[in-house]
Amino acid sequence: MSNGQLLLLALLLPFAGSALAAFLPTHARNVAAFMAGAIAVVGVILIVVMYGAAAHDQPVRLVLEWLPMLGLNVSLRLDGLSWLFALLVFGIGALVVLYARYYMSAEDPVPRFFSFLLAFMGAMLGVVLSGNLVQLVFFWELTSLFSFLLIGYWHHTAPARDGARMALTITGAGGLCLLVGVLLIGRIVGSYELDQVLEAGGLIRSSPLYVPVVVLVLLGAFTKSAQFPFHFWLPHAMAAPTPVSAYLHSATMVKAGIFLMTRLWPVLAGTDTWFYLVVPAGLITLLLGAYAAIFQQDLKGLLAYSTISHLGLITLLLGLGSPLSAVAAIFHTVNHAIFKASLFMAAGIIDHETGTRDIRRLSGLFRYMPITGTLAMVAAAAMAGTPLLNGFLSKEMFFAEAVENHTGSLLDDSLPYWATLAGIFSVTYSLRFIIGVFFGPPPTDLPRTPHEPPHWMRFPIELLVLICLLIGIVPSFTVGPLLANAARAVIGPDLPYYSLAIWHGLTWALVMSIIAMFGGVLLFLGLRSYLDSGVEGPPLVRELKGQRIFERILVVISWQMARALERAFGSRRLQPQLRIVVGVALIAAISPLWLRGMVSEGTLALTDLDPGFALLWAVGSGCAIAAAWQAKFHRFAALVLLGGAGLVSSITFAWLSAPDLALTQLLVEIVTTVLLLLGLRWLPKRIEEPYPTSPPPSVLLRRYTDLAIAIAVGVGLAVISYAVMTRPLGESVSRYFVERAYVGGGGTNVVNVILVDFRGFDTLGEVVVLCLVGLTVYALLRRFRPAPESIEAPEQQRLQDEFDEAAPDRSPGDTVADYLRIPRLVMQWLFPVIATFAVYLFMRGHDLPGGGFAAGITLSIAFIVQYMAAGTRWVEDHLRVLPLRWMGLGLLTASATGVGSWWFGYPFLTTHARYLDWPIVGKFPVASALMFDLGIFAVVVGATVLMLVALAHQSLRSTRPRRTAEGE
Amino acid sequence: MEIVLAIGIGVFAGSGVWLLLRPRTYQVIIGLSLVSYAVNLFIFSMGRLKVGAPPILPGPGVGDPATMADPTPQALVLTAIVIGFAMTALFLVLLLAARGLTGTDHVNGRED
Repeated sequence: MSNGQLLLLALLLPFAGSALAAFLPTHARNVAAFMAGAIAVVGVILIVVMYGAAAHDQPVRLVLEWLPMLGLNVSLRLDGLSWLFALLVFGIGALVVLYARYYMSAEDPVPRFFSFLLAFMGAMLGVVLSGNLVQLVFFWELTSLFSFLLIGYWHHTAPARDGARMALTITGAGGLCLLVGVLLIGRIVGSYELDQVLEAGGLIRSSPLYVPVVVLVLLGAFTKSAQFPFHFWLPHAMAAPTPVSAYLHSATMVKAGIFLMTRLWPVLAGTDTWFYLVVPAGLITLLLGAYAAIFQQDLKGLLAYSTISHLGLITLLLGLGSPLSAVAAIFHTVNHAIFKASLFMAAGIIDHETGTRDIRRLSGLFRYMPITGTLAMVAAAAMAGTPLLNGFLSKEMFFAEAVENHTGSLLDDSLPYWATLAGIFSVTYSLRFIIGVFFGPPPTDLPRTPHEPPHWMRFPIELLVLICLLIGIVPSFTVGPLLANAARAVIGPDLPYYSLAIWHGLTWALVMSIIAMFGGVLLFLGLRSYLDSGVEGPPLVRELKGQRIFERILVVISWQMARALERAFGSRRLQPQLRIVVGVALIAAISPLWLRGMVSEGTLALTDLDPGFALLWAVGSGCAIAAAWQAKFHRFAALVLLGGAGLVSSITFAWLSAPDLALTQLLVEIVTTVLLLLGLRWLPKRIEEPYPTSPPPSVLLRRYTDLAIAIAVGVGLAVISYAVMTRPLGESVSRYFVERAYVGGGGTNVVNVILVDFRGFDTLGEVVVLCLVGLTVYALLRRFRPAPESIEAPEQQRLQDEFDEAAPDRSPGDTVADYLRIPRLVMQWLFPVIATFAVYLFMRGHDLPGGGFAAGITLSIAFIVQYMAAGTRWVEDHLRVLPLRWMGLGLLTASATGVGSWWFGYPFLTTHARYLDWPIVGKFPVASALMFDLGIFAVVVGATVLMLVALAHQSLRSTRPRRTAEGE
Repeated sequence: MEIVLAIGIGVFAGSGVWLLLRPRTYQVIIGLSLVSYAVNLFIFSMGRLKVGAPPILPGPGVGDPATMADPTPQALVLTAIVIGFAMTALFLVLLLAARGLTGTDHVNGRED
C-alpha cells in the first residue's frame, strides 16, 4: 500500500469502528473498548510508519476525485504539522480508551460511548489530515457534532444537556463563520486545495477581502478553542464523562482552533490586523482563564479554566507573528495536551474513587492514593512550568517571546508584565489543585472511601507523566525532531534558531519564571483563607457570567423574536397563508413588468387558429369555471367538470404535437377521477348555504378579494404565456437531445429517451417520490378513522338490502350481485386485454408514444376496472399483485440498471442500446434504458395499486363491527 | 391558436386559484388540480406551439430539431403530470384523514 492509501485507511478506521460499535449490544463494554483501543493503536502505528514520508519537503498526498469540475475532491495531506497532531489524536485517544474502559460504569450504554468517541477520533483526524479547506470545515463541523453527543452522553442530567447544547451552538456557529471564511479564501486563491492556498499568502494578505477572511476564520478558531469572549462553553462542557474532557476538551478538539490558526498562519499571520485581533483575544483569555481557575471549587472546573488559559497562551503566541513564537505555540500545544490529559484523568480518578470533585470536601488524599497523588503532582508541576518538566520549556519560550519586540506598540511592550502575571496565576492554581486535594487533614464525609484505582486505569497517567519528564529533561532527543518537522511545515524550510535546553544562562525569561514561581506561592498563601471560605467563583468578575448572557441572547432570538414574528406574520389558518403565498407570487411576477414596462406581443408568426381548437377551449374554460362554481355544493358535478378540463388539456397536448403527454394525461385523468370518487364517500354530507339571504359584508369582502386575486393570476398568466408564445424560441439543450436521441440513446421517441436516458436520474428521483407518496397514503389510511356519519352503509345499499330482506327468496346482497351482470363479465374479461395493451405501450415506448409511466398507469387501470366490476372484497381476495413488492423490485431494477453502468466503467445510468432480431416479434430495440423503464413501470404499478387498494379498502370498514370507538 | 391557449391557461389558473382560497378541503383539491393543468400547459407552451410535428424521429440517425416540437418542455411536463397525480392522491388522503380526525372538512380544521 502506498502512503496515501495508508492515510486513507487511518482516516476510515475510526469511522468504521464507530459504525461497528453502534451495533454492539448495550453491555458489550469490553468488546467495544477493545475494538476502540485496537483501532487507536493501529492508528498510532500507521502514523508512526509514515513518519519518514511526512518529514520530507513534500507532504504525503492522496486525492480522490469527487466533483473535480467544482474543485471539490477528497484530498488528504500529511506533513510535519498534521503528523504531530495525528499522533496526538491517536496516541492520547488510545490512552483515553484504556482509561475510559475503567472509568465508565457498567450501567451506562458503553458501546455507544465508544462509538461516539471513535467517530470523534475520525472527525478530528479528518480536520488534521484534510488537504482541502472545504473538507476541513466538513470534518470541523463533525467534531462539533460528536462533541455535542459526547457532552450530552449522560443526557438524563440537565447540565449535560445544557452544556452540550451550548457547546454545539457556539462551535457550530463558529464553524459556519469558518465556512464562509474558507469560501472567501477559495475565491481569492481560486482553489480550496491547501497546497495552493499555502502558496498564495501574499495574494490573500493583499486582497481587499483579507480582513473579512481573517475575522471569519478567527471566529471559527476562537469559538472552537474557547477564546474570550466565547470561552464560557468549555467549563459547561465538563458535564461530559471525564475521558471526554481529557480527550476532547483539553488534548484534541479545542486544539482544532489552534491547529487551524497554525495551519493558516503562513498565509494569514504577520499583519497588523492579525496581531491586533489575535493577541488581545489570546491575552485576555490567558489572564481571565488563569484568574478564574484559581477560584474554582470543582476540580474539573479548575482544569477547564486552566485549559482556557493555556489555549489563550498559544493563541497569543500565534498572534505575535514571529517564526519563533509559532514554534513555541506548536511546542506548547503538545506539552499542554500531554500534561492536561493526565491531569484530567487524575481528576477523574479522584472523582471515581471518592465520589466528589469538590475541592472544599477533598483533603489529605495523599495518604490514600500516594501513586496517583505523585503523578498528579508531577503533571501539575508541568502545568505550573516547573523546571525539568515539559511545561517549563515551552513557557520559557513564551516568556522569551513576550520580551521580544514585535510591533513596538504599548500592547507589545506591556506583554512581559502580563505574561509574568499569568505565570503567577498558573502557579497558584496548580498549587491549589495539589494542596487542596492531596494535603491537609484527612477528608470527612466523603461519599466513598478513597483508595488507589485499578492499575490499568492509572497506566495512561503514568505514561503521560513519563513523557512529561522525558521531554522536560532531554527535549532534543525526544520532541526535538518532531517539533522541527512540524515547524518546517508552518514556517518553511529555514527554521529560526532556537535551542531546546533547560539552561540558557541567566535570561529575562528565567527571571520571569523565578518571579512567577515565588509570586505564585506567595499569592496562594495570601489567598488561602479566602479560598477556604468556600465562595464559588472568582471575585470581581463573578457576576459576569458568559452563560447568562448567552442564554439571554438565545431567549431573545429563538423565543421572543420568533414569537413576535409569528404574531406579526403567522396564522394557524390555511386561507390567509395561501392568500399570502399567492399574493407574494403575484407581486413577484408583476413587479418586473411594472419596473421594466409591460411586454408587448412578440414577432413570431402565429399558428393558424382552428375553429375546432377554439371550440375545444370554450368547453374547457366552461368546465373549469363551472367546476370552480360548483365545487362547494355539488362535489360530484365538480369532479365531472374537472375531468372535462383534464380531457381538454389532454386533447390540447395531442393537437399540439405532444402525443406522449396526451396519452399520460388521459390515463392519469382516469386514475385521479377514480381515486377522488373513492374519497367522496368519506366527505361530510352536502352542507347547506350558511347565508340563505345575503352573506355579511366581511364574507363578501373576502370573496371579492379572492376573486380579484384569482382574476389577476389568470390574466397575468395568460399575458405572460401569450408574450412568450409569440417570441421565437432561443437555442436550448433540446437540439442536443433531438440530435443525439437515436445516435446516443437508441430510440426515436425523443421525450422517452430524455426521460429514461438523458435525464434518467431525475426520473429515478421522481419514481422515488411516487413510492413515498404510495407508502404515505398507505400509512395514513391504516390509522384512518372515518367520521361517524360516514360509517353507515350508503343509502342506495341500504335500500337494496331492505328490498332483498323483504323478498322471501333473496338474501341481502343479491341485488348488488346482480347489478350490471353482463357488463361486469365483459369488464372482467377486459383485464388481459388492458394488460396486453400496457405491455404494448411499454415495448414501443422507446420509439413511439408510450413508455413505462403510461404502461404502468394503464395496468393499474386494469385493476380499477376489476374493482368496478367485482367489488372490493372479490378483488382483495383475488389480488395477486403485491404492491409493496412491485415498488421495491421496481426501484431495485431501476437503480441496478444505473449502477450496472459502473460495471462497464461508465457514469451512473449510462445506457447501452442495440437492436436485436427476435423471433416472431422482429427487429426490436434492447437498450439498458428498457430495463430502467421496466423499473419505472413496476414502481408506477405498485404505487398506484397500493393507493387504490388502501383507499378502496376503506369501504369495508363500515360493514365491519366498529372498533374505532375503542381506538382500535 | 396561441391566443386561445393563453386565455385557456388564464381561465384554468384563475379558477384554480379561486378554489385554492376557498374554505372547504374538497374545493382546494379541485383547485390544485386545475392549477396544475394550467401550469403544465404553461410549461408546455414554453416550447412554442407546433401542429403535427411530434418529437419522434422519422427513422434512425441524427434528428433535426427544426422539424419537430421541442421535446424538453414535454419531458418536463410528463414528469409534472405524474408528480401532480401523486400530489392529488396524497392530498386526497390527507383530506380524508383530517376530516376523520377533526370532524370537519374546513381547511382550518374547525368551522369558523
